[in-house]
Amino acid sequence: MLVLAIVAVVFFLLPLVGLLARTPWGELGSLLASDVVVDALVISLVASVAAVVLSALLGVPLAWLLARVAFTGRAFVRGLVLLPLVLPPIVGGAALLFALGRRGVIGEPLYEATGLVLPFSIWGVIIAVTFVSMPFLVITVEAALLNVDTRYEGAAASLGASRWTVFRRVTLPMIGPSLLAGFVLTWARAIGEFGATVAFAGNLQGTTQTLPLAVFVSLESDRDTAIAISLILVAISLTVLIGLRDRWLTR
Amino acid sequence: MSGLVANLKAIRPTGFQVDVDIEIRPGTTVALLGPNGAGKSTIVEVLAGLLAIEDGSVVLDERILDSPSDDLLVPPEDRKIGVVFQEYLLFPHMTVLENVAFGLRNKGSSKESATAGASEWLEKLGISPLAGQRANDLSGGEAQRVALARALCPSPDLLLLDEPMSALDATTRVQVRRELADALEAFAGPRLLITHDPTEAFLLADDIYVMEDGKISQRGSAEEIRLRPRTSYAADLAGANLFRGVAEGGLIQVDGHELHSANSSASGEVLATLHPRAISVHRERPEGSPRNVWATELTRIEHYGDRVRLQTGPPLVMTAEITPDAVRTLELSTGTTVWVSIKATEIGVEEG
Repeated sequence: MLVLAIVAVVFFLLPLVGLLARTPWGELGSLLASDVVVDALVISLVASVAAVVLSALLGVPLAWLLARVAFTGRAFVRGLVLLPLVLPPIVGGAALLFALGRRGVIGEPLYEATGLVLPFSIWGVIIAVTFVSMPFLVITVEAALLNVDTRYEGAAASLGASRWTVFRRVTLPMIGPSLLAGFVLTWARAIGEFGATVAFAGNLQGTTQTLPLAVFVSLESDRDTAIAISLILVAISLTVLIGLRDRWLTR
Repeated sequence: MSGLVANLKAIRPTGFQVDVDIEIRPGTTVALLGPNGAGKSTIVEVLAGLLAIEDGSVVLDERILDSPSDDLLVPPEDRKIGVVFQEYLLFPHMTVLENVAFGLRNKGSSKESATAGASEWLEKLGISPLAGQRANDLSGGEAQRVALARALCPSPDLLLLDEPMSALDATTRVQVRRELADALEAFAGPRLLITHDPTEAFLLADDIYVMEDGKISQRGSAEEIRLRPRTSYAADLAGANLFRGVAEGGLIQVDGHELHSANSSASGEVLATLHPRAISVHRERPEGSPRNVWATELTRIEHYGDRVRLQTGPPLVMTAEITPDAVRTLELSTGTTVWVSIKATEIGVEEG
């Protein structure tokens, strides 16, 4: 048992060691300053932050609906939210293309009416990334809402608070820590998104190429750049882990 | 009539049904007294507007709050009912002052005037020093006062107290009960106290509704319920004999009669409690150690299944409980002269 457990630990540790061993530390500065890296970093940051904002705007109300309102079809909606978690991201991206692409079910009338083309633009990246990462926020916030004692909301209502005031001044602050954890999870998932983005938004440097896409491309042509970008992503992952350590690492 | 008039039938999602009539005049306190599962919290939810009724109406100061036949249902936030919730439910992320100011803020007061109004209430209840504390750092007694201030601050039309003392330990309870009595007295509107504790109901309410299985099984003053319980549950509730008296060195003077208690530290105004089963009944003067022994006449005998309640006459009107067998063996009937004996340790003493 113990030996197998140690093998498992080594299995998790090895890739990290490999990455660090191959890192060209001396050139790291210039590698990170290259156009490919900077472009990808900017696009990744813009898209992931936008995904968090969109998720907050749409995902929190959805979580509230799922946790607080008993409606027919609730199980169906919950399943729909979970779908992007289990669906291969590249399939999600392809499905987005068929729906919102220039020839898509909604994309085509949208293009004819406004001239807007979503795929292969930064909007495409944002949509793909949000599609894949929002479920993390919805399930975290829904679980937190189910944990809040609803009697507090009743108490607030008895003190004259409208539904919105109850939510803003009582419910939200009470789920604060979970909300924050949900944002971080969503953001981390958004930063690492690959499949849906490449299918829906393509891989155009300076327009839609995110950090993971840049890693994929440079693995073929320029290994040192791939390593440099990978290090950025490892650093981000570690930061998230440390940020959420109370939630996951301590028991 | 002004005050609360509720004739209601409500059904919980679980199918449990509650069917009661409650009337509370302004300036009076009604206690809804019943065991767990009697439907007391359903009444709280109905009055607070968290559960709509099926039939009947809820009217507060001639304003209809809920009436299915008129298709009227006022939502909780527009009801003006001040509730002290079971376990208080103070908002844990707010300070004491913010908790108390919450209601005024919702009425549209500016932050300054809400804070000023809340501070006034903290002052009134003697808890100004707590203003800046987080609500979940408070002791039970403090939390109770903050909950009271929070409920009263927006000037509600009805004050509703849901098991306000169940979260407190026994020593705090005596002190808090006195404060609660003052707060109830100071509130001019109708007051409703929900409780499972007969002492609380007897001491704080003008009128007691005994609730069992979703229905009111008896209604009356504390005295009526204590001396003439109509159901075996009410008889149990009425359980404790309560006497007000003056204590000094283990002796309690009650209406000119002297009771010996094992508690020699209590002094001044006290409340003595005595369980009916702690009273022994004899036909001859008993031998032995009991400190309290006297002769009296039985004024009433009531049978409740496997037990019998006896009421004794002067010098101290008490209720005693014995088995039907004992009644037969002792050949007891109304008017029989008996000797009662009570051990000093059986007499509970609370200052108050």
